[in-house]
Amino acid sequence: MKAKWILNVLALVMVTMLAVGCGGEKKEETASAPAEEKAAPAAEAPKGEIVLGVAGAHSGDLASYGLPSVNAAELVAEKINAEGGVLGMQVKVVPQDDECKPEKATNAATKLLSENVTVVLGHICSGATKAALPIYKESKIVCMSPSATNPPLTQSGDYPNFFRTIASDDAQALLGVNFAKSLGLKNIAVIHDKGDYGKGFATFAQEFIDADPEINVVLFEGVTPGAVDYSAVVQKIKNSGADGVIFGGYHPEASKIVSQMRKKDLTIPFISDDGVKDDTFIKVAGDYAEGVYASGPMDISANPLYQVALDAHKAKYGTEPGAFYYEAYSAALALLNAIEKAGSTDYDAIVNALHTEYVETPVGKIKFDAKGDAEGVGFSMYQVQNGKYVELK
Amino acid sequence: MDYFLELFFGGLTRGSIYALVALGYTMVYGIIELINFAHGEIYMIGAFTGLIVAGVLGSLGFPVLGILFVALACAVVWSAAYGYTVEKIAYKPLRNAPRLSPLISAIGMSIFLQNYVLLAQTSDFLPFRKLTPDLGFMQPFRSFLSSSEIFIIGATAVVCVGLTLFIKYTRLGKAMRATAQNRKMAMLVGVKVDRVISATFVIGSALAAIGGVLIASHIGQINFYFGFIVGVKAFTAAVLGGIGSVPGAMLGGLVLGWTEAFATGYVSSDYEDVFAFALLVLILIFRPEGILGKDSTQKV
Repeated sequence: MKAKWILNVLALVMVTMLAVGCGGEKKEETASAPAEEKAAPAAEAPKGEIVLGVAGAHSGDLASYGLPSVNAAELVAEKINAEGGVLGMQVKVVPQDDECKPEKATNAATKLLSENVTVVLGHICSGATKAALPIYKESKIVCMSPSATNPPLTQSGDYPNFFRTIASDDAQALLGVNFAKSLGLKNIAVIHDKGDYGKGFATFAQEFIDADPEINVVLFEGVTPGAVDYSAVVQKIKNSGADGVIFGGYHPEASKIVSQMRKKDLTIPFISDDGVKDDTFIKVAGDYAEGVYASGPMDISANPLYQVALDAHKAKYGTEPGAFYYEAYSAALALLNAIEKAGSTDYDAIVNALHTEYVETPVGKIKFDAKGDAEGVGFSMYQVQNGKYVELK
Repeated sequence: MDYFLELFFGGLTRGSIYALVALGYTMVYGIIELINFAHGEIYMIGAFTGLIVAGVLGSLGFPVLGILFVALACAVVWSAAYGYTVEKIAYKPLRNAPRLSPLISAIGMSIFLQNYVLLAQTSDFLPFRKLTPDLGFMQPFRSFLSSSEIFIIGATAVVCVGLTLFIKYTRLGKAMRATAQNRKMAMLVGVKVDRVISATFVIGSALAAIGGVLIASHIGQINFYFGFIVGVKAFTAAVLGGIGSVPGAMLGGLVLGWTEAFATGYVSSDYEDVFAFALLVLILIFRPEGILGKDSTQKV
């Protein structure tokens, strides 16, 4: 029965081995903001009140994206009311849940209209926003999203009543392409991971490059995530004569591709997106990561208003704010500021003020361009220098 | 021509890894007609063992080649232990059960091992240090053949030759061939069948571990999911070459590696997998037993 004895020892070994070793750091999930009561006073808003509708996912699996906006709106309203309100009127926040579902978003929009909203902060998800926008447009209500990044929402020009305080998906690709141009690159290989995010980024990059006669796409290809190695695609990049690579995707693929490029003495610039602007990328790619460019959200933590918004949230709710909190805080500030500057709650006056008047917000000093995207909000280019991402100014 | 050579060596490297892992599939199938779906995870565990050992030795300041050999040895031993234990726990009790039961048990084992490593280690990607020394004389060629690729190709060649000789000339090899031919008859003439099966799992796992450590050192990163795709590809390679046949697994691995490399190079990497699996379908249509597989007549 020697075999049995060996078996027992092996089983024991199996259970204990690998339990020690190189356990990684565990990331704590930040608790989502406390659930908000749905306020639904049906009474008609009396004159002398600004009704700030807040639409988005306040329940369901995406609630963690929507609830921080409600908190942000409440905090901004409280602050402004304490300072005497807007044009002498108090601000009332009216949340309306859409669960990020387009069919509920139209209901939410109608409901908000019946509550006589002055302006709307929301919606949260691009799909829901798109469904609700025509309703607001018809009733001439300004709508500002902190989180809907789908490019056509602003770029199609269909919704002059729509604004946002977050950069759209293509802004990053445009930044990447312009950056590549500024490096003097002419022939660019655009590589992606075939995923929604990576391929979307790459497709936008390709469109921007095609629109520019000075630069060309010499290679546009997807790689299979998790493949054993990428030497064939690296050879292909080399063979295409590209003098730069733009990659759309996440860091595991990026680190493999960059490492193999560098090992094959291919030292052309590698430009990527915020899926790669991640410290794990530097950890995994090690020395090969040096000099890699990746865009990521601008660092706003130096902005004093960022700290104000953060402190206000901690003081009232006792937690760290959740997703899109600063964008929502900024949107609420921008909306109320526009009403103040316009001197009335008239639609055209508010829209005009949004386009022309600067406002100080946690995401920066912003106004909105002709299409409704916040100017100055968005992405910066970072470069790995000495094992750290450094923002390039 | 340069481009062709670059792709050729890229495909050869990739194919070598497939071949190393495919050997485990094909040997196990040859002996007990079981597809050991946990084999990809054994490969992943080999790579993790290599990571841990290399990390410890690296911090103690060992030379690169020393680290490589110790890490390989440890990975081989650990993976072999896992292979042995997996067989004892998940397959042996089902030796006489219907064919489907051990197959499901294999899939369960694969998921179990993946999650075990996920919980014990981390879901993050971990950097893997380079274990192969730079070969100075390779400098002019390094743009299409790096030192780690030479190590992978070389190790695979050595392993294939060694394994072939082992099966041909040793007593255990003979017993393995006998068991593969007819398990009951082998038992009757005194072959300790259980021991042969265990040995098969141990050898297959050891080969996978070598592949795991070498490729992890080549690409520089691993995570718990690292074995899954390679497992699927190596299984494909084994079927392509003729499952149950040792030279078939080697050939299947190389053919698959080259198919992927040339498809990427001359068509598009978007279609890498499409070409690989289209090839599989074609082979199975025109030669169902695989390239080197034997056309086994069903025993009555």
